[in-house]
Amino acid sequence: MATPLSRRLMLGIPLATVAVGGIGFYALLERMGKGTYNPQAFNNPLVGRKVPDFTLPGVDGHEGFDQAAMIVQKRPLLVNFFASWCVPCAGEAPYLDAIAKSGLDIWGIAYQDKPAALALYLAKYGNPYHRLASDIDGRVAINWGVYGVPESFLVAPGGMVRWHTAGPLFPEVIEDQLKPALQRLT
Amino acid sequence: MKRLLILCAIGLGLALGAAAAADTPTTIKRDGVVLTLPQEKRAEVIGDKLRCLVCQNETVENSQADLAKQFRGIIRRHVVLGDTNKQIIDFMVHRYGIFVLLKPPLIPLTWLLWFSPGIALVLGLLVLLIARRRKQTGPPPLSPDERDRLKELLS
Repeated sequence: MATPLSRRLMLGIPLATVAVGGIGFYALLERMGKGTYNPQAFNNPLVGRKVPDFTLPGVDGHEGFDQAAMIVQKRPLLVNFFASWCVPCAGEAPYLDAIAKSGLDIWGIAYQDKPAALALYLAKYGNPYHRLASDIDGRVAINWGVYGVPESFLVAPGGMVRWHTAGPLFPEVIEDQLKPALQRLT
Repeated sequence: MKRLLILCAIGLGLALGAAAAADTPTTIKRDGVVLTLPQEKRAEVIGDKLRCLVCQNETVENSQADLAKQFRGIIRRHVVLGDTNKQIIDFMVHRYGIFVLLKPPLIPLTWLLWFSPGIALVLGLLVLLIARRRKQTGPPPLSPDERDRLKELLS
């Protein structure tokens, strides 16, 4: 014997649950479509810590760099892990160029790349890098917590990592995340 | 002649035994690192606990991804150096966070995850309790008017 109220609840509660779930899924898919949500992404623990100890040789006529070179910087810099064999890297190339022109120095780290292939890539998609080093065996990338290219880190003066993204630097990511993070530094 | 044959047989047996012993290796090379069999066993135990971050539902041991291969190499190099399992797992967590662990640790961040079965059980028992109590109270007693009507209907 169900009273009218409990009968209404019996119908209403599952319906409300489904409705809330549906709205939640819709929001997730919407954000995935816009590129502001990546279900495979996870927080890189390096954010909020100093850049790890490393030394890398330069490539393509550039001088190599190390942890100390980043720590002595007086201006923020963007560290970009990329590779000539990486398709999304070519996709973000024009936006990297715009970032470099806006005055933020980009230090590139070529991940598991051959110098010849890298030279071809830079000739084709442009070279936005202020400095460029090569991580041939990918060990330095692992020390940065990189799991795929492209990945980018915003490093504050003094060498503290302040922001990170795993994936290409598309305009939405730059406007919604990188620029606010950069503003918080200054 | 017979004795010679027996000697030959013994000699052959010894030679085969020695060859068999040489075939049973005590070290193995995996992912660019040479290690003993017990060391390899230990490395596999560690790799089975870690998530390949490229194919995210595979273990580091099972994945074909390049990154997993590199992880396996790192694990094995650390095993050879004599690091403990905990040191090696901590090395990975330090770089990739707890997401790299296939079994999430019990920390404040994961309380809701670990305790949700308990929470669901308590909620279910609560609903059951309330439903029971309702049944026990039954319908309210009849008013004198209703009692008269009931008598009328039953007679």
